[in-house]
Amino acid sequence: MFLMSLTAVELGKRIQNKEVTAVDATREALAAIAAREEAVHSFVTVDAEGALARAKQIQERIDAGELTSPLAGVPVAIKDNMCTQGMKTTCSSKILYNFMPTFTAEAVCNLEKAGAVILGKTNMDEFAMGSTTETSAFGVTKNPWNTGHVPGGSSGGSCAAVAAEECSYALGSDTGGSIRQPSSFCGVTGIKPTYGTVSRYGLIAYGSSLDQIGPIAKDVTDCATILEIISSHDSKDSTSVKREDTHFTEALVDDVKGMKIGIPRDYFGEGLNTEVKEAVLAAAKELEKKGAIVEEFDLGLVEYAIPAYYVIACAEASSNLARFDGVKYGYRTEEYDGLHQMYKKSRSEGFGAEVKRRIMLGSFVLSSGYYDAYYLKALRVKALIKKAFDEAFAKYDVILGPAAPTTAPKLGASLSDPIQMYLGDIYTISVNLAGLPGISLPCGTDSQGLPIGLQLIGDCFKEKNIIRAAYAFEQTRDYAHSPIAAQEKGGVS
Amino acid sequence: MANIISDETIEYVGILAKLELSDEEKEQAKKDMGEMLDYIDQLNELDTTGVEPMSHVFPVHNVFREDEVTNGDGSEDTLANAPLMRDGGFEVPKTII
Repeated sequence: MFLMSLTAVELGKRIQNKEVTAVDATREALAAIAAREEAVHSFVTVDAEGALARAKQIQERIDAGELTSPLAGVPVAIKDNMCTQGMKTTCSSKILYNFMPTFTAEAVCNLEKAGAVILGKTNMDEFAMGSTTETSAFGVTKNPWNTGHVPGGSSGGSCAAVAAEECSYALGSDTGGSIRQPSSFCGVTGIKPTYGTVSRYGLIAYGSSLDQIGPIAKDVTDCATILEIISSHDSKDSTSVKREDTHFTEALVDDVKGMKIGIPRDYFGEGLNTEVKEAVLAAAKELEKKGAIVEEFDLGLVEYAIPAYYVIACAEASSNLARFDGVKYGYRTEEYDGLHQMYKKSRSEGFGAEVKRRIMLGSFVLSSGYYDAYYLKALRVKALIKKAFDEAFAKYDVILGPAAPTTAPKLGASLSDPIQMYLGDIYTISVNLAGLPGISLPCGTDSQGLPIGLQLIGDCFKEKNIIRAAYAFEQTRDYAHSPIAAQEKGGVS
Repeated sequence: MANIISDETIEYVGILAKLELSDEEKEQAKKDMGEMLDYIDQLNELDTTGVEPMSHVFPVHNVFREDEVTNGDGSEDTLANAPLMRDGGFEVPKTII
């Protein structure tokens, strides 16, 4: 048994019990990275030397009894859109190819305080815009279950690193499904918390009203433990919410008796792969067997979430990405004639095609004459979508459905048709619009051996409901959280 | 395609977005934007009369704090990221001609 095959919490326990050290764990993670990166390419930056030095320091503090957190000494990978002081942060974009942050994102600070060992930064779709991790300026990440397929996106590097056992766990960010969809494709577990739960300070913004940082790990227990550590009220993030109860691990209870679970009929219509549908409905049956009350219902408005999202997210992106101007950091074009051409050429050469597409659309929907028709219309539809969820959560504790309509597509199959790619986010996007928490966890594999993800959605601030339901479901199956573990179990997950 | 994006519109959006597109990129952008707008026009099927635009899901308001410095002087590290710097400042092309 390798240390990277353990869950983060199990590894943390062994470190606290002095069976292994943080340095042992970090060495194993670095060895796994050295062995698997060529095939998977989860990382943009690996800081081997720094990680070992940090592990040594952390172990000393554990030995001195100063660090007692369940994750002290456990190696973690961070998505490359979270600033890390002194460690390059690129957003997988040429425009930030050499950016060295002067401060660390609050969520990452919280992990550091708990004694996490940061290994490096993971690959992503450029500026988190994409669903496959193929829009990265630094190469494509591949799905560890089958390297001919994408890992999903935009947190594809983080999910692939967890599935390839190159780290114990990772942080990702989710604007329209960017934690849950790649978790589903890579057979790992990921939570997008209620908006405002984890500070966005130091997260390079894409769609500020939608972005949330969350954990990606091997199981529900890990995710709840990590979320408990990274959640905090932060005066440096004006949208940070002061929450009373963030003791998420208290919800790790194998009991769903009487829990009301709603299955939206609209999530099971056209476009949903049959194998995914069967696996997700089978998961609902398991929860019903355990005493949950499972009912079908009509959520409504599902098909309007994607167009509303693209208006809002692109509008916010066009404003957020205005800061990349070739002056303060990152890429500046070589030759230019005056200030404006310097801006334009630096941006045009520094941004990739998908990022430019979204900046253009965002600039258009915010422009005079179109603002009301597109931007305000989308915000009105967002209000309707929120209302539809409010009505659903008046009846149900948890909404259950697929995380994505299919399993991981083949490399190169998605980018040629943007709208088709955007449709892949149909079950995840409305959760961001309504600010809700959602979890994706594995619920089976398809006939090609690719993982299928189950999504559980809760009402705002009700992470505990989805954690409890996810934990109870997880106990019903013999569970392989990586292709390596699946192989050891004889190819079955 | 119901939404036909003109050369003038792409030119104008390029100015707003501070992007310089090649002729080929402009043609692609016209096509992409037209298709996206056709798709987005679905939203018009919904009657949103009387619905307030929702910019934020929670009733949060401006958050104020005292303007006190809590971090140190990071100007050296900050400037180290600049593509060009001189005399403790960012160097940019001449702005007033």
